Amino acid sequence: MNGAGRLPAAARAIATGDRRALARTISGIENGDPAVVPVVRALYPRTGRATVVGLTGPLGVGKSSVLNVLVAHLREAGRTVGVVAVDPSSPFSGGSVLGDRIRFERAAEDTGVYFRSMASRGEEGGIAAATRQVVRLLDAAGFEVVLVETVGSGQVDLAIRDVATTRVVVLVPHLGDEVQTLKAGLFEIADVFCVNKSDLPGADLARKDLAELVSLGGARHGWSPRIVLTSALARTGVPELWEAVEAHEKFLDASGARAEEDRRRLAREIVGIVRDRVGRDAMARLEKDPELRRLLDRVASRQLDPYAAADRLYAQRARRARQR
Amino acid sequence: MKKPSRSAPIRVLIAKPGLDGHDRGAKVVARALRDAGMEVIYAGLRQTPEEIVRSAIEEDVDLIGLSILSGAHMALFPRVLELLRREKSAKIPVFAGGIIPDEDARRLKKLGVRAIFGPGTSLETIVTTARQLARGAA
Ligand SMILES: Nc1nc2c(ncn2[C@@H]2O[C@H](COP(=O)(O)OP(=O)(O)O)[C@@H](O)[C@H]2O)c(=O)[nH]1
Ligand SMILES: [Mg+2]
Repeated sequence: MNGAGRLPAAARAIATGDRRALARTISGIENGDPAVVPVVRALYPRTGRATVVGLTGPLGVGKSSVLNVLVAHLREAGRTVGVVAVDPSSPFSGGSVLGDRIRFERAAEDTGVYFRSMASRGEEGGIAAATRQVVRLLDAAGFEVVLVETVGSGQVDLAIRDVATTRVVVLVPHLGDEVQTLKAGLFEIADVFCVNKSDLPGADLARKDLAELVSLGGARHGWSPRIVLTSALARTGVPELWEAVEAHEKFLDASGARAEEDRRRLAREIVGIVRDRVGRDAMARLEKDPELRRLLDRVASRQLDPYAAADRLYAQRARRARQR
Repeated sequence: MKKPSRSAPIRVLIAKPGLDGHDRGAKVVARALRDAGMEVIYAGLRQTPEEIVRSAIEEDVDLIGLSILSGAHMALFPRVLELLRREKSAKIPVFAGGIIPDEDARRLKKLGVRAIFGPGTSLETIVTTARQLARGAA
């Protein structure tokens, strides 16, 4: 059923290592192009193999720099690596400057790495869904490790939660302000803390602070977040960082948490797809169907409240589904 | 899936080949393109032609902008164009900015560099031209 011969052309090209086909399909995902849906679907049976590591944290802590050293470390160990680096779009122009590539170095002929920059493009939840599909493509393309860099804030964290099997939160010494960020949610998602810039003073103190926070938080589902010090500048600590990631990956397998989390994520994804479809359909009908337009008129004139209108819309939908 | 639709933002790679020490000009252009709604993949300094072409392919850009001050343009730009051809990506338009003598500019245009902006060019001109090049209208 999954023989390469039966796949759509683009899917076959991706599965056999064609980088341009991969790049174009990723653009299709970003643009919400319906033409890529059959490609993503055809490749789905080939996914679920990659180790997907999220690196998140405040701007400027050195995520891209750590990622660069980590890629070198993984390449030395012979593992192929796909990278997705997500940066925010400007709320004003919709444009963006995606600068994570600046820190990225590799041997000119090394085809074992693929690096892609992505703009968050603003739509709520959109980036999480797009990132998930892009990671899947990299997985299907055969990359053994997929690294996802995001700036730790709001909806982008969702992308990490829904995508990465191991989540690394990157911080710097002098946690001062960062502690606020931690409380705002990064702490809950961390499987590994990476205190980068440990060449600067205060790294050991930061480790102690974090260890205290971790012990207060207790072990989450049997995993207590690891703390690792790195310096991307001095290129130290990265093997230890990867060891911590692998320890977490082993834990996922040994505890059965991997399968459980996978199911939970997929359930969220399915519900998300249904929500999108029903939402689009409902919106289209509210705009076109005369009966529903009258309903909207009554909500606008405050004769009816939105909940009552939603009940009727839902009932109408169910009625039509039965008639079909 | 290939051509950017009206609603899809233009993706442009901005890079500085060669050994120039600073990239202020390139950054100013990158920001102007962002403010015009484009997604700018900023690759930074000291990019080899090989790196530039690989980045352009991986990022699936609609356009490549190269900035250079060091005088090595006659060696580096033709190499980028040649590699793009070799990678079957010659359709990606390339524009250039920097200090490039008229004589060289004429030759580079003949080789396939689509637009060349001298130091005095307004950002507006650069943005407009970039957009036209990316949409295949220039
Ligand atoms: N001192 C020091 N500076 C670093 C280290 N890692 C990154 N930086 C610097 O921190 C700045 C931001 O790095 P970057 O990787 O772009 O951060 P990101 O925004 O988290 O991706 C750059 O100027 C880096 O050179 C480190 O380990 N030590
Ligand atoms: Mg970064």
